[in-house]
Amino acid sequence: MEILNASLVDWSRAQFAMTAMYHWLFVPLTLGLGVIMSVMESLYVKTGNEEWKKATQFWMTLFGVNFAIGVATGIILEFEFGTNWSNYSWFVGDIFGAPLAIEGIMAFFMEATFISIMFFGWNKVSKKFHLASTWLTVTGATLSALWILVANAWMQYPVGMHFNPETVRNEMTDFWSILLSPVAINKFFHTVLSGWVLGGLFVVGVSSWYLIKKRQIDFALKSILVGSIFGLVSALLLAFTGDGSAYNVSQRQPMKLAAMEGLYEGKSGAGLIAIGVLNSEKKSYNDAVNPYLFKIEVPKLLSLLAYRDADAFVPGVKDIIDGGYQTKDGLALSFAEKQASGKVAIQSLANYQKAVSVKDTAEATLQKAQLEKNFKHFGYGYLDKPEQLIPNVPTVFYSFHLMVILGMYFIALFALVIYYNYNKKFENAGWLQWICLLSIPLGYVAGELGWAVAEVGRQPWAIQDILPVQAAISGISSQSVQITFFLFLVLFTALLFAEVGIMLKQIKKGPEGH
Amino acid sequence: MITYSFLQHYWWFIISLLAGILAFLLFVQGGQSMLFSLSKTEDERRLLVNVLGRKWEFTFTTLVTFGGAFFASFPLFYSTSFGGAYWVWMAILFCFTLQAVSYEFQSKPGNVFGARTYRTFLFANGLLGTFLIGVAIATFFTGSDFSVNKGNITSQFAPVISQWGNPWHGLEALLNLRNLSLGLAVFFLARSQALLFFINRLSNEVLEKRSRKVLWINAIPFVVFFLIFVIWTLFSEGFAVDPTTGIVSLEKYKYFTNLMEMPVILGFFLLGVVGVLYGIGRSLLSGKFKSGIWYSGVGTIVTVCSLLLISGYNNTAFYPAFPNIQSSLTIFNASSSEFTLNAMSIVSLFIPVVLIYIFYAWRAMEKKRTDIDDVNNDSHAY
Ligand code: HEM
Repeated sequence: MEILNASLVDWSRAQFAMTAMYHWLFVPLTLGLGVIMSVMESLYVKTGNEEWKKATQFWMTLFGVNFAIGVATGIILEFEFGTNWSNYSWFVGDIFGAPLAIEGIMAFFMEATFISIMFFGWNKVSKKFHLASTWLTVTGATLSALWILVANAWMQYPVGMHFNPETVRNEMTDFWSILLSPVAINKFFHTVLSGWVLGGLFVVGVSSWYLIKKRQIDFALKSILVGSIFGLVSALLLAFTGDGSAYNVSQRQPMKLAAMEGLYEGKSGAGLIAIGVLNSEKKSYNDAVNPYLFKIEVPKLLSLLAYRDADAFVPGVKDIIDGGYQTKDGLALSFAEKQASGKVAIQSLANYQKAVSVKDTAEATLQKAQLEKNFKHFGYGYLDKPEQLIPNVPTVFYSFHLMVILGMYFIALFALVIYYNYNKKFENAGWLQWICLLSIPLGYVAGELGWAVAEVGRQPWAIQDILPVQAAISGISSQSVQITFFLFLVLFTALLFAEVGIMLKQIKKGPEGH
Repeated sequence: MITYSFLQHYWWFIISLLAGILAFLLFVQGGQSMLFSLSKTEDERRLLVNVLGRKWEFTFTTLVTFGGAFFASFPLFYSTSFGGAYWVWMAILFCFTLQAVSYEFQSKPGNVFGARTYRTFLFANGLLGTFLIGVAIATFFTGSDFSVNKGNITSQFAPVISQWGNPWHGLEALLNLRNLSLGLAVFFLARSQALLFFINRLSNEVLEKRSRKVLWINAIPFVVFFLIFVIWTLFSEGFAVDPTTGIVSLEKYKYFTNLMEMPVILGFFLLGVVGVLYGIGRSLLSGKFKSGIWYSGVGTIVTVCSLLLISGYNNTAFYPAFPNIQSSLTIFNASSSEFTLNAMSIVSLFIPVVLIYIFYAWRAMEKKRTDIDDVNNDSHAY
C-alpha cells in the first residue's frame, strides 16, 4: 500500500490549481466576448448594417481562437477529479458526478453543435438561424459554467446529501437544494459576470488600440459603444454579487472570511479593511503579534456586510480555533472538540464495518447512530493540529483586496469611457485609450485572484468540514504527478504563447483584413 | 416498475451507447492519422483538415460526456480506473488536448509553431487516441490489477480506497496481446470509417479514388484484429458475479454464454457487424457507392454497444480486477445511489433532443459535398 505523503497532496493540488488557472485564462473571455458578439450580430440582423456584421465576424474570430484552448484545458480538469482525486470521486461522486454529466449532455453538445453553424454557416443557413446559433453557442457556454459552478459551490457548502456507511460515501437526497443552493446561485452570477466584465474590457481595450493607431475608427467606436455599456452594467452587478459572495462566505466558511480580512482576533462591529499591509512577523495564530503593519479601515462595515448587522461579532482565526463565541446555532465548538468528534465519527465507521462483517446488528446500529451524530465533523478527524485549519492568510487577504479594488476601478473606467464617448470626446482622448488598452490584463488578474480567494481560502477542505484534501487523493506516487504537472505546464504554456501570437496577428489584421 | 436494478441496467446501457457513438465518431481521429499519407498536395491536405475540422467537436464532446456520465452513474469506476490506470488515461487526455487547439490554430498566422506542427499533433491524436482508447476498453474484458477496500477511508495515513497493484499504473495493459488486438482493431476501424467519410463528403475525384484504394489495407487488418479480439474473448474465461452473494468467479466462455442468454443483444451484435462489413465491402466493390459511412457508422455504434453490454449484463463484472477478483466492479457495486440514478435518468430524457438538433444542424450544414473552393471561400476555414 502506498503511504500518502505531503508531497503527493501538494503536487496534486499544484496540478489542479495550474490547470484551473490556465483554464480560467480562457473561459471568461469566451463568456463575455460571446455575449458581446451575439449582441452585435443581433444589431446586424435588426438594422441590416453590414458594419455590424463585419464587427461580429471580427470578434468571432478571436472568440474561436480563445474557445479552442479553453476546451483543451477543460477536458483535463474534468478527468483530473478521477486521476488525482480518486478518493474524493468515490466519497462524493454520487452527488458531484451529476452536474458534470449534465454539463456534457445539456451544455457541451449545444455549444459544439451550434458553434460549427456559427463559424461555417454564414452562407449556408438563413440570417435568423445563424443568429440563433450564435446565441445558442453562448448559452451553451454559460450553461456549462452553471453546472460546473454548482459542483464547485457544493464543495464549499455541501447540502442535499447524507452519509451512507454501507457504501462509505455521501449520497444525494435532494437535487434541487444542490442546484438552487444560495452559494451556487451567487457563485454562478458572480463568476459569469466577471467574464462579462473581462469581455467588456477586452473589446474596449482592443478597439482603443485601433483608435491609437488611427485605424478602423468607425468599427472601433461601434465596438466601444457596445463594450463599455455592457461592461459597466456587468461591473455594477459584479460588485453587487460580490457582496453576496462575501455574505455567503461569512455564513458558511468563517475561516475563509477571517483569512480574507487577516482577522485573527474577532470583534463586534468589525471594520472592513480598504487597504492594508500584513505583518510578516506574525508566525502563529496565537502569538499576540499585530497582524497588520498598516491598514485603513471603514468602521463597522465588515460586520454589516457579513452579518447584515453593524454590531455583529465577526470571529477571527483564533476564535474559530478556540471556539466559545455565540453563533446562530449556539456556542461555537473549538478545533479540539471538532477534532475529537471527527475522530469518533471515523472510528465509529470502522467499528460499524467490523460489526457488519461479523453480523452483529445491535453493535452496527449503535455505531451507526454514533457516526451520524458526529458526521458533520468527519473531516476534522483527519487533522492533527489546529494550524492545519488555517489557509494561507496573505494569499487570501491580498487576493481579496486586490480583486475588490480592481472591481471598483473597472466601474470607474467604464463610466469614464461612456461619458467621453457620449460627448464624442473619446476618439481624441489618447490618454484614456491607452488606459483602456493597458487595463485588459487587469481583468484577467482580477478573475484569477477571485479563484485564489475561493479556493486557497477554503483549505484544507476538499469538501467543507467533511473531507480534507489529504484524504481526497489518489494512490499514485508524487513523482508521477510531478511528471504530468510539468508536461501539462509546458504544453499549456506553449499553447498560450501560440494563442496570444494568433490573437495579436488577427488584431493587427483587423476587421478589414478579414 | 422502476427498480434500482433496472436503473443500473439502464445506465449501463447509456454508457455502452455513448461508447458506441464515440467509437463511430473516432473516424475523425482515423482521418487525422492519414493527413500526411492520403494527401499529396497542400490543397488536398487543407481539404482533409477542413472536412474533419467541422466534426472534431462532436467526438471530443462525446468523450467528455462519456466521462461525465460514467462519473455520475458508476463513480467507483471513475475513481478506480482514472486514479489507477493513471498513465493510460493521462496519455489519452494529453493527445486530445493537442487536438483541441490544432484545427483552429494550424492555418492562422502568428501560431508560433507552424502548420506542420499542429498537423503532427492531429496525427498523434489520431494514432494514439484511437489505439489507447481501444486498449483501455479491452481491459473491461481482460481485467486490471487493482483492489478496492472501502474500509481504507478510516485509516489515517493511507485513506485511499482504490489501490493499483503495480507501479506501471495502466501501462501494463499494453503487454496483453488481447488488449493490443482491440487497440489495433479500433485504430484500423477508425481509419476505415474515415475513408468512407471522405468518400461520402468530398467532391474531389483524386482523393476519393485514393480513399477507395487504401480502404483495402485498412479494412483487412481491422477485420483480422477485430476477429482475434472477439473470438479470443468469447472463448476465454469471463468474470461472473453470483447475484445473491456478489462473489466474483472466473467462468469459462462467460461472454459467449452472455450472448447466447441474451439473444436480443446477440441479434444486434450480428446486425452491427454485418452493417460494418456491408458498408466497407460495398464501398470496396462498387466505385459509385458513397453511403458506406452510414452503414458502417450505425454498425459500429451497435456492435460496440452490444460488446459493452455483454461485459456488464447477465451478472458479469464490467471492470474486472485481476488477480484480486473480488474487487471487480459490477454495475451493482460501482453504481450511484438509486436517487441519483433516478435523477440522472430524467436528465437522460434530454438526450433524444440533443440527437435531434445535432441531426438538424448536420443536415443544414452538409447539403452538398465539399471541395477546395468551398474551403477557400469560407470566412472561417481552417
Ligand atoms: C467589486 C467587488 C467584488 C467583491 C466584493 C467580490 C467578492 C468576492 C468573494 C467574497 C469571493 C469568494 C467567494 C467564495 O469563496 O465563495 C469572490 C470570488 C470570485 N471573484 Fe470576486 N468580488 C469582487 C470583484 C470581482 C472582480 C472585479 C472580478 C473579476 C473581473 C471577480 C472575480 C471573481 C471570481 C472569478 C471568483 C471565484 C469564483 C467564485 O467563488 O465566485 N470579482 N469574489
